[in-house]
Amino acid sequence: MSDLLAVGVPAHTADAVAGVRITPVDAVGLEQRAAALCTRSIKSSSKQAALDLAIRVMDLTTLEGADTAARVQALCARARRPDAGDWSVPPVAAVCVYPELAPVAVDALAGSSVAVASVAGGFPAGLAPLESRLAEIAWAVAAGAGEVDIVLNRSAFLSGRYQQAYDEIVAAKQACGSAHLKVILETGELGAYDQIRRASMLAMVAGADFIKTSTGKIGASSTPATALCMAEAIRDMAEQTGRVVGLKLAGGIRTAKQAWHYQVIVGETLGLGWLTPERFRLGASSLLNDVLMQRAKLRDGRYQRREDFSVD
Amino acid sequence: MTERLAVNKTYKQFIGGAFERSESGRSYPVVGAGGELLAHAVQGSRKDVRDAVAAARSAQGGWAGRTAYNRGQILYRVAEVMESRRDEFAAEVARAGDGCDHSAAAAETAAAIDRWVWYAGWADKFATVLGGVNPVAGPYFNLSVPEPVGVVGIVAPDEPPLLPLVSRLAPVIVSGNTAVVLASERGPLAAVTLAETLALSDVLAGVVNIITGRRDELVPPLADHAAVDSLDISGCDSQQSANAARQAAATITRVVSASAAEQQWAAEAAQSPYLIDAFCETKTVWHPKGR
Amino acid sequence: MTEPSASGGKLAPTGELSLDYAPAPESIAPVRLASQYGLFVGGEMLEPVRERLAPTVNPATGEVLAEVSVADAADVDRAVAAARSAWEGGWRDLPGAERAKYLYRVARLLQERAREFAVLETMDGGKPIRESRDVDVPLAAAHFFYYAGWADKLDYAFSGRRAAPVGVAAQVIPWNFPLLMAAWKLAPALACGNTAVLKPAPTTPLTALLLTEVLRDAELPAGVVNIVTGDDATGAALVSHPGVDKVAFTGSTEAGRVIGAEVAGTGKRLTLELGGKAANIVFEDAALDQVTEGIVNGIYFNGGQVCCAGSRLLVQESVADAVVGKLRRRMDTLRVGDPLDKNTDIGAINSQAQLDRIAELVASGVAEGAELYSPPCELPDRGFFHPPALFTNVSTAHRIAREEIFGPVLSVLTFRTAAEAVAKANNTPYGLSAGIWTEKGSRILWMADQMQAGVVWANTFNRFDPASPFGGYRESGYGREGGRSGLLPYVGLVA
Repeated sequence: MSDLLAVGVPAHTADAVAGVRITPVDAVGLEQRAAALCTRSIKSSSKQAALDLAIRVMDLTTLEGADTAARVQALCARARRPDAGDWSVPPVAAVCVYPELAPVAVDALAGSSVAVASVAGGFPAGLAPLESRLAEIAWAVAAGAGEVDIVLNRSAFLSGRYQQAYDEIVAAKQACGSAHLKVILETGELGAYDQIRRASMLAMVAGADFIKTSTGKIGASSTPATALCMAEAIRDMAEQTGRVVGLKLAGGIRTAKQAWHYQVIVGETLGLGWLTPERFRLGASSLLNDVLMQRAKLRDGRYQRREDFSVD
Repeated sequence: MTERLAVNKTYKQFIGGAFERSESGRSYPVVGAGGELLAHAVQGSRKDVRDAVAAARSAQGGWAGRTAYNRGQILYRVAEVMESRRDEFAAEVARAGDGCDHSAAAAETAAAIDRWVWYAGWADKFATVLGGVNPVAGPYFNLSVPEPVGVVGIVAPDEPPLLPLVSRLAPVIVSGNTAVVLASERGPLAAVTLAETLALSDVLAGVVNIITGRRDELVPPLADHAAVDSLDISGCDSQQSANAARQAAATITRVVSASAAEQQWAAEAAQSPYLIDAFCETKTVWHPKGR
Repeated sequence: MTEPSASGGKLAPTGELSLDYAPAPESIAPVRLASQYGLFVGGEMLEPVRERLAPTVNPATGEVLAEVSVADAADVDRAVAAARSAWEGGWRDLPGAERAKYLYRVARLLQERAREFAVLETMDGGKPIRESRDVDVPLAAAHFFYYAGWADKLDYAFSGRRAAPVGVAAQVIPWNFPLLMAAWKLAPALACGNTAVLKPAPTTPLTALLLTEVLRDAELPAGVVNIVTGDDATGAALVSHPGVDKVAFTGSTEAGRVIGAEVAGTGKRLTLELGGKAANIVFEDAALDQVTEGIVNGIYFNGGQVCCAGSRLLVQESVADAVVGKLRRRMDTLRVGDPLDKNTDIGAINSQAQLDRIAELVASGVAEGAELYSPPCELPDRGFFHPPALFTNVSTAHRIAREEIFGPVLSVLTFRTAAEAVAKANNTPYGLSAGIWTEKGSRILWMADQMQAGVVWANTFNRFDPASPFGGYRESGYGREGGRSGLLPYVGLVA
């Protein structure tokens, strides 16, 4: 396939983007493989590391219209020290907020390893005028966000205007400057795994540092099969071009067990090298407590009571 | 030492997996062969019919989406659960019927259970028998498969109260249809007890909905309902049948009625894969063959 | 960034994180084994005769699990007589609906005791518990459930004819799917009103013997099913017994030839399910990541000890490198080892003899110039194990491209056009199964038409269902098991 590696030639056809080949996806086979990966058992000595990894790759998220500075500050406090009673619990990877609240998070997280991620670019629909979307991205970066989560223009993508969808991501990447760009595909709206694979390739070739499943704003969320589909796209990208792109899974991830399943999917598909915060993120608002509960179970040997953990 | 006082059962309708009284709040007395009061059954209304059709409609995709093997196992489960409550069913049938002695009631119950078993076995076979490849003259693959028609309204025969109901219901749901059943007006209690068994047998909520009450009041809204795809009017008298068929014509609803042979309820003739087919559409798929 | 994956065979730890999976051995607690087993004849477990016992071994450890009777001609005679008497004494005249109820009971009892059967199957045969738990045992129950449903519907299976039972069926089954093959044989035979004498394979008799408890609990009339364990001589005595009306055999093509000759001229009915050398054909437009899974499932399922295994991979040249690359990478993540471990993908080879045969053919592949790849993996230090193997640079003349290996060994060949793929795929005396991978529907159907094979899987592989007929063309045998077609070997059609 080396003759297909003419990267940089925009050829946004159905089965190749910029010369990178897009293989079709068989839904039945994909879902069977994903389900099989979710049956793997974990060694108890590895469990602690897996739970800690789930925390270290977590983008602790709040994206509500009712968010306030106080709420974001409380979230940042948890992000730095997820369990006040157990100092061995590592901090999370990032806190993810709306741009307006990014400065609050930047202040609250100063001096910590926790990054500030901001959604931008007309999140969650991405249908604001392009100029304002790009301005919002630039504003978030100027406000101190080190990571920017934008959405793919599904309107353009689903109507076949791949070039427009691609160009907008290229422009967003430029607006980001040195900040990391995560592109949300909103897989629940794409309708088929073939489309998810195509959108993954398009976003990666256009410059995404991460591709991400969902906004969390529609019913459909991240699923094991979706994660596998995107991981396979990332693997093809790496194999065909050498470029490393990260994977962020978000939406509906609430239990440590789900987090473990996603680690298996990414680890088996892309290799252990992908299981770091630089290449793998879990976006979640309610996952942390379950992970902490399982961690406490591991420590104390008994099942935990949900009420004993922080409500923030 | 006083004799223990019995705790009597309340007989309700079965809609969307829940046992409910009528929205109208009405009931009517059900009497046994000797004229004694057996219970007050719910006297359902046209709004109950509407709700039942809505429940059947929303359950249909999920039921048809189950594998045939799974539907077969669930129907077999119905037989298993009925078997464990055989005496209860036999007593119910005996109390309701005119001059129906206990052994006849037990025989009817056994036949009803066996009928579920028989149709359970068809779940993953009727498409083999009724569908197939059509050798068309050209480079095409051409396959016909029976598919469930959708929501089926069933006016259950008036008596006996159990076996005819099962004989009409099982072939409807085995293929993936959902049903709204108007129970026997005279003897609705066995139908409600059947509903209780269905609720314990992994039959999805809304797949079978059972309304009790007055035929004259309930058949018209069922026959008229645009979301009912097929109608089994085996339990209608000739006047009700004619009216129902006329109403059904407006929405091109398929109308089916038990033949004289099929009404020999205990006989082999009352069960048939062609009865499953009567509540199916045939879908034919064409696809070219070529490099 | 040249090597995108740090993934090794065991997902070795890098840095602080390790994805080591737990050794997750399935508990053997539900399995209660006797030290010696007799034959099951006329509804009774006979007392074992000490002089005629043979050990059955756990291939993952080499340990003896139990000693099992080796039936001789006299034993076979008794078993056939018991089957005959059960047939004439009522089973053949029992209404179909009642036969159905017995089979439904068997299905349900198998479902209830599923875990016990799965663990025992894995202990006796070496297949991964994941497969015996998720495939063998549920499918066995499903077969009984499916054919139960036919027992009272035979009038609808063959329109215009009445289906009459044949009599006593002699059924000889292999070691690769012991319980499942017993179900494939017994369920249709009994549903159609026949009685049976079943002979399990010498290395895997235990689940068939456990099945006798299920038959007893289902209150199946005595003699309807008889189980004679033993060796090749037992099998020969059974198929050549004059009291047998029908012979059903699953096993090697060589044994099939012998049985065919034995049965010739006796008037016995015969069905054979024999070997295979399936082509798994990948076109360039296929969904390559699912293709990879399909190839892996096609050849490494049950360690390749499957008659319909996709042992010849035919890849269109334009994607050959990509497919082989993905395949090698996927092979690196396969876990070989303790079959009772829930994370194990490839368990033990069934016997030392089979392991020797696989090793011999692999050596021939290397000697004939094909290129061998096996992922680095540690094999257990006891038991019979073989790593997954992949041969490239294979020509159609190589032994590994022609002979059935019956092990985790895949031979890769390439093609340029669909016509070439067809020619290579059919270039074998076998004709059991084939796989086609392409996103183009019309090509699937065209290719399916060209395949000389009894089962053609498109964009999947190794799928089995009681409703779907299975069986071979040419030297892969004749007769079908499964579906309506699976009734035919067990009925006589009368006007």
